[in-house]
This record gives sequence, structure tokens and C-alpha cells, in this order.
Amino acid sequence: MNRKVMKGIFYALNILMALIIIAPIVYCFNVSMMSLKEVFAGKFWPGQLMLENYVRAVQLAPFFTFIKNSLITSGIITIGQIITGALAAYAFSMMKFRGRNILFLVMLSTMMIPSQAIIIANYLTICDWGLKNTYTALVLPNMATAFAVFNMRQAFLQLPMEIKEAADIDGCGNFRFFYEIALPLVRPSMGALGIYTFLQSWNYYLWPLLITDTVNMRTVQIGLGMLQGAEATDFRPVMAGSMLILIPSILAFVLGQKQLISGLTSGSVKG
Amino acid sequence: MKRRSFFRVVEPYLYLAPAMIFFVLFLFWPFFKTIRLSFAMTTPLGEVASNVGLSNYISIFTSQKFLNSLFVTFKYAIMTVVFSIAFGFILAIVSSEDIKGTNFFRTVFALPMAISAAAASVVFMFIFHSSMGILNKVLGTNIGWLTDPKYALIAVTLVTVWMNIGLNFIYVTAALQSVPMDLYESASLEGAGFFDKHRHITIPCISPTLFFLLIINVINAVQAYAQVKMMTQGGPANSTNVIVYEIYQEAFMNSRFGMACAESMILFAILLVLTLLQFRLEKKVTY
Repeated sequence: MNRKVMKGIFYALNILMALIIIAPIVYCFNVSMMSLKEVFAGKFWPGQLMLENYVRAVQLAPFFTFIKNSLITSGIITIGQIITGALAAYAFSMMKFRGRNILFLVMLSTMMIPSQAIIIANYLTICDWGLKNTYTALVLPNMATAFAVFNMRQAFLQLPMEIKEAADIDGCGNFRFFYEIALPLVRPSMGALGIYTFLQSWNYYLWPLLITDTVNMRTVQIGLGMLQGAEATDFRPVMAGSMLILIPSILAFVLGQKQLISGLTSGSVKG
Repeated sequence: MKRRSFFRVVEPYLYLAPAMIFFVLFLFWPFFKTIRLSFAMTTPLGEVASNVGLSNYISIFTSQKFLNSLFVTFKYAIMTVVFSIAFGFILAIVSSEDIKGTNFFRTVFALPMAISAAAASVVFMFIFHSSMGILNKVLGTNIGWLTDPKYALIAVTLVTVWMNIGLNFIYVTAALQSVPMDLYESASLEGAGFFDKHRHITIPCISPTLFFLLIINVINAVQAYAQVKMMTQGGPANSTNVIVYEIYQEAFMNSRFGMACAESMILFAILLVLTLLQFRLEKKVTY
């Protein structure tokens, strides 16, 4: 086949696929701008840009509170996972100590325990401690993951061993080396891990649903469900609410896409 | 001097301690608690009321509802996995061609990865709406996508596939880059067409990645919850009652924590087998 024709076909295919994939998001935006008449007429494009539905969404549910709660919990979880992950990864990659292999296996085994299978026990524990409806409860079970440890370990292992040896000879302590030399060098990996963790925790659903039951402690994902319950017939405020919670994740994704993708695919599978 | 060497010995453990403390408190301990509760009858507050041996396990395996939820999860997992990988593969092939704007297309194809299950569910609920939804309008049908037991699971699957596309696309794209170009060139010289090349070169070359994705997708599908909770609440007629939703109902609607924990252990067993498979594959495919 002619190369030019081939290229044309691929162009068309790319555009078609892109349209299909982006359509739900565009549609969501469109509906959030529509008048009720347009919705009932089954239009795809709105006739105007109006913020009425956004105002209504914010009136129906305290959206800014939800966003604040989600920002706080996702922020703490992200920083927490980076700190616990980097510290443990540093020990596993730069230090020699007794029981290293066994502890590494212990770390590995946490991947065998899926969060959904132990969520009831965690729920009961948090309730026992009287922490229901607190930020502490929202973040506590998510402050460390094997994924973060492995990702950071992968990054430390890339550093040339000579730096560490030179630092040892110069009498540079471990923590100083960790904090002043190693961490700045693995900043790109930290960034990728941070974006990934933030996206994940921004999107958490089941845990915040179980552990909060007051309106002012709900996170955005649960808040969206509340909004849907409050307005059974009119979808427009719900779509406006969706747009509000989608914007931060889409922004984080587009900004961090490159690092995110290389972080996800490096060290896992090639070929 | 002595003090310094003592510090040297304990120092590594101090670095490990924060992560390990969290693992023990919120992974290992709840895991043993789940095992313990699965052999117990509980109070509505989740405390052990009496030991009942295997009776929770016997109950769930004779419960039509639980067996149905296993079957639903199985159907859902197969459909999601097949379509997610197929779409990811097609998108990766299409965007790997040497054309302008590839970066833009790649961003769009990976984007659904960032969308939360809750937001995706809300949007698709309106798309699936039987009278106002755009899907019925486009197809010219009058299907109750979320209210007809025949279609509800398909609708939930469609949303999940849309959300999964990004991850599958990214992994296949990464894998494609490691396929040696000269294989394609020599195939072209021998007159192989587009489909021949992908059937006989691409798919065999990236099969480890495809297997890896298979497992990852199944693991995700078996743990699905938010879509079901938002869109169908397990209905109609339990046709979308996947296992995690079933566990949620037992624990938080019926307050039968013992039963729910027994079901959780079954979920754990299923995922354990899949995770072990995944580890074996990862070892095999990393080089």
C-alpha cells in the first residue's frame, strides 16, 4: 500500500480513538453547561457557557469542604509514603545489616495482602481507637506501601556506589548523606512517585466511605455520590461536581505524565 | 566509641521502622484479625461473641448469593480483561506509527488513568440513562442499561474498560519500544503486510507484557467496588453483585462481620494465587 495513504489512515484512526476516549469527559463538561431544556432534548453541545450548575452543585453539597478534605488527606498520604518509602528504601539499598533479606521478604509479602480483604478489620480497629471521622483515620492505613519502598529503592540503586564510598571515607554520616546527597539525586523518582500517590489517594473511595459519616469529613469522591443522591432527576449539578473534582486529577496527570509513565513502566516489564 | 558502634548497629532498623510499623499495624495485624473473625460470630460492633469454627465458611459456600457473587466477579473479570487489553493494544499500535502529534494522542489515550471511579461512574450513569442518555440516542435503542439484569454488568464493564485503557496503553506502548526494528524491516522485505507483521512479530515479542497485563487487570477487576456502589448497588437482581460489594453488604448493612471476614479470606485466596502468578511472570520478563 502507498505510504501516504497508510499515514492518512493512521491519522484518521488516531483522531477517531482520541475522540472516543475523550468523549465522556467532554460530554460531562457539556452537560454541566446546559439548560434543563437542552438536557431533555438530548443535545451533545450546550448553547451557552453558564456557571449556574456549578453554583447549584456548591449549594447542594459543601464542595469546597470536600476539596479541602481531599487535598489535606492526599497531601499527607503522599508526603507520608515518600518519607516512609525513601527511608526504608535507603536502608535496603545503601546499608548492610542483619536480617536484611528476611525484612525485605516481609516487605514483599505485604503486596500479597490486598487492601479490600482487610478493610473490615482496619475499620474495626479505627473505630476501637475512637478515630472515626478524623483526618488521622483517613490517612493512617495508607502511610506506607511496598510500592513506594520498591520504587525508591529502584532509584537509589541507580546511584553510583562510589558516591556513597567517598562519603563514608569523608566521615559523612548516613542521615546527612541520605538527606543532603541521595534524596536530591533521586528527585525525579520522588516526583513520579508523588504524582502517582497523589492521584491514587485523591481517587480513594471505599476507605473514606467507611471511615467518615459526617458531611464535613467527606472527601470529594464520596461527596460526588452524595450530590448524586441529593439530585436524582437533574444530572447537571452532578456533572458540574464531577468537573470540579476531575480538574485537579487531570492537571496532575498532564503535568506529571512523563515522569509518571517512566516511573510506572521502569523496573517492571520490558519486552 | 562504644556508643557510636551501638548506633551503627541499630541505625538501619531506625530507617526501616516507620514503614514497618505501618505495615504491622494496618496490614499484618488486620490480616490476622480477619482470619480470627472469619471463625467467629460477632456482635454488631465487631467483637467476637463466640467461636463457631468453620460454620461461616460453610454458610457462605452454601449461600446462593455468595456463589452468585463469585460467578458475577468471574464474568466481570473476563469481560473487563479481554476488552481492556485489546483496546490498550490497538491504541498502542495506532499511536506508535510515525505521524505528527503522537505526543498529543498519547496523552489523550493515557488520560483515563487519572479519572476516579466515582467521577467516571457518575458520567456514565448519565450516558446510560434510559430516556435522556446519549447512548440509547446514538444507538436508537431503548435499553435500560442499568436497570435490566441482562445489561447492567455490561454497563459496569464498559466503564471499567474505559478507566483501564490508560494503564494498558502505557504498558503496551513501553513494550513496543523494545521490539527490534529490524524484524519489521526484514518482514517488509519479504512482503509481509500490516496485520501479518503484528500477528507474527509484535504479539509474540510482547507476550510477556500481555500476560503481565492479564494478571494486573484481573487483580483490579476482582477488587472493583466503587463503580458498582455508585451505578447499580449490586442490582438489579444481584446481577452486578461483585465479591467486594457482597463483602461490604455483609459487613456494613447486615453487621455480620464474621461472614464478611470469611468472604474476605476467599477474596484473599483468589488474589494470592493471582499475585504469585504475577511475581513469577515479573521475574521471567525483567531483563
